[in-house]
Amino acid sequence: MSVASQDSGMRQGRVARVFIYLVLLLFGLFYLLPLYVMGVNSFKPLSEITGGGMMALPEVWTVEPWLKAWSTAQIGVEPTGLRPYFWNSISMVVPAVAISTVLGALNGYVLTKWRFRGDTILFGLMLFACFIPFQIVLIPMAAVLGTLGLAGTTAGLVLVHLVYGIGFSTLYFRNYYAVFPTELVRAAQIDGAGFFRIFWRILLPSSGPISVVCIIWQFTNIWNDFLFGASFASGGGAPMTVALNNLVQSSTGVKEYNVHFAGAILAALPTLLVYIVAGRYFVRGLMAGSVKG
Amino acid sequence: MGFLDIDNATKSYGAVEVLHKVDISVEEGEFLVLVGPSGCGKSTLLNMIAGLEEITSGEIRIKDQVMNGVHPSKRNIAMVFQSYALYPNMTVRGNISFGMEMHGIPKAERDRKIGEVAELLQIIPLLDRKPGQLSGGQRQRVAMGRALTRDPDVFLFDEPLSNLDAKLRVDMRTEIKKLHQNLGTTIVYVTHEQIEAMTLSTRIAVMNGGYVQQLGTPKDIYDTPANLFVATFMGSPSMNLLEVEIETAETGLRVSTTNAQGAPLHLTLDNPSDALRQFAGRKAVLGLRPEALTDAEGVDQRSVHIERFENTVSVVEPAGSDTFVTTVLGGKDCIARMRSDTPVSAGAPVTFAANMEKVVFFDPVSEARIP
Repeated sequence: MSVASQDSGMRQGRVARVFIYLVLLLFGLFYLLPLYVMGVNSFKPLSEITGGGMMALPEVWTVEPWLKAWSTAQIGVEPTGLRPYFWNSISMVVPAVAISTVLGALNGYVLTKWRFRGDTILFGLMLFACFIPFQIVLIPMAAVLGTLGLAGTTAGLVLVHLVYGIGFSTLYFRNYYAVFPTELVRAAQIDGAGFFRIFWRILLPSSGPISVVCIIWQFTNIWNDFLFGASFASGGGAPMTVALNNLVQSSTGVKEYNVHFAGAILAALPTLLVYIVAGRYFVRGLMAGSVKG
Repeated sequence: MGFLDIDNATKSYGAVEVLHKVDISVEEGEFLVLVGPSGCGKSTLLNMIAGLEEITSGEIRIKDQVMNGVHPSKRNIAMVFQSYALYPNMTVRGNISFGMEMHGIPKAERDRKIGEVAELLQIIPLLDRKPGQLSGGQRQRVAMGRALTRDPDVFLFDEPLSNLDAKLRVDMRTEIKKLHQNLGTTIVYVTHEQIEAMTLSTRIAVMNGGYVQQLGTPKDIYDTPANLFVATFMGSPSMNLLEVEIETAETGLRVSTTNAQGAPLHLTLDNPSDALRQFAGRKAVLGLRPEALTDAEGVDQRSVHIERFENTVSVVEPAGSDTFVTTVLGGKDCIARMRSDTPVSAGAPVTFAANMEKVVFFDPVSEARIP
């Protein structure tokens, strides 16, 4: 009797499981659909797209749209392709991510291990950076950049992203270090290590997961930012996102959808890569930061 | 002047004073244990000696050097933490060498010291492991090894055994005591376990509510507790405390209480002190350790004054080495410690022998011991 009921229980479980997987598969396909469309169409000659059949595989495979998007497409008035703008983005993202992560880690270290009067208020104020809509700061930021002589430069964009990024990176590291045992810091103090030595030798080596979270977060945010790029960078100094917009929105000539698709994938590629390389640390780091081990 | 002087040390957080004018002088080579319930200020005091907490007022001196405001690393102290505080990213070797590295000791010298300490503590096979791969007892050893390499003037231990299981705790206790006997370093040790305090120390400071209640040798503290708090905190099972009537008798004084049936019970006192005579006709709290209340045969033969009386047993708890017998005196449960083979059974009367030399009295109002 009990054996039979257990058996049927297992069978029911298996049916439910198959059903769940089917549903998940369906959703997965649905989410992958746009990527599929972009992918297949970026390898087609334009005539195949305009001839209809967005969903069909290319009859003639070609990398021409990719080459064109990368190096010869018309961006604004110059036929440069996306290449120079890609490097603009890289030279904006790398320093902005690196500096905001390091500063966030330092802030988190000070806010948890070198507490001072008013530290929670200060932290609360820093969190405003996470909540204030970007649009609000556009005009004051423009004024600041102008005063500093950084208007329209990549350095100016780095500064903007840095200021905005520190709020998040501080939040991450503060929460992570809050559960980091303070006794370790005290032991290191007795051992004779100073402020930076403790940070460098004791805390940072244990900060792998949260650093990955912070880097992924900052990288995707800064790379994908359009508003600041469009507002504070001009012409040849624009980041990839702005250039992609200029490529797609150009109002003259034929709309080269295949080139647009290739360009869009090119623009999304770095963030995709970051997720693939570091993604498994992402969830782990988020958990570590939020829940006490 | 001692080796380590704590002179009127006070600690306040804002307006709240948590440690009140603590005065302790520790001689070189002493093993001082700070013991008390949680929140009594013992860890705060230790952190003040270490320099991890500021001293609000008063002074702490090591070797006659005022330590107020001196950085922890410059005090020539070493500390073993409750959680061991081993650096998780470094190997055992790295953990032990870190402090020396920070003090600029050359590599060859460091390696020699690590070898020495590792041999002393038998952790040589563990040197290349990370702390995460060690058991509790091994971590404890590594933490001690790290402290040992510094040749400190004073060793500070902050509840180092409280994270270990019961058996390992006893083993490590012995090991710490051995270490102290071999090295002769001055140690200040914080614990909330009265048994650790008794077994390890040369002197104990019993703390409560930010005050040192009593400072003395383990024997002083155990036999002549300064007040009711110390009497109940130290010793397990704790001291029997009975409210009794002090009465004048032909030979001097006697105490009057009741037995299990509520009938009066008198115990005479030889040579009562003058202070106790003042209590004649009044109430006092009588304190008697369980081992001073035994069966008639198990009593300390060297005692010159033993009072025997018969009383009903309410509970018998055989503990193997002893049998703990509960009886009612003066309306309160009293525990007697009898030989393991004593024939006693619950509900039956048995002859108790009280070693009156070990009896102490407390003032029921001030709670201080009557000398």
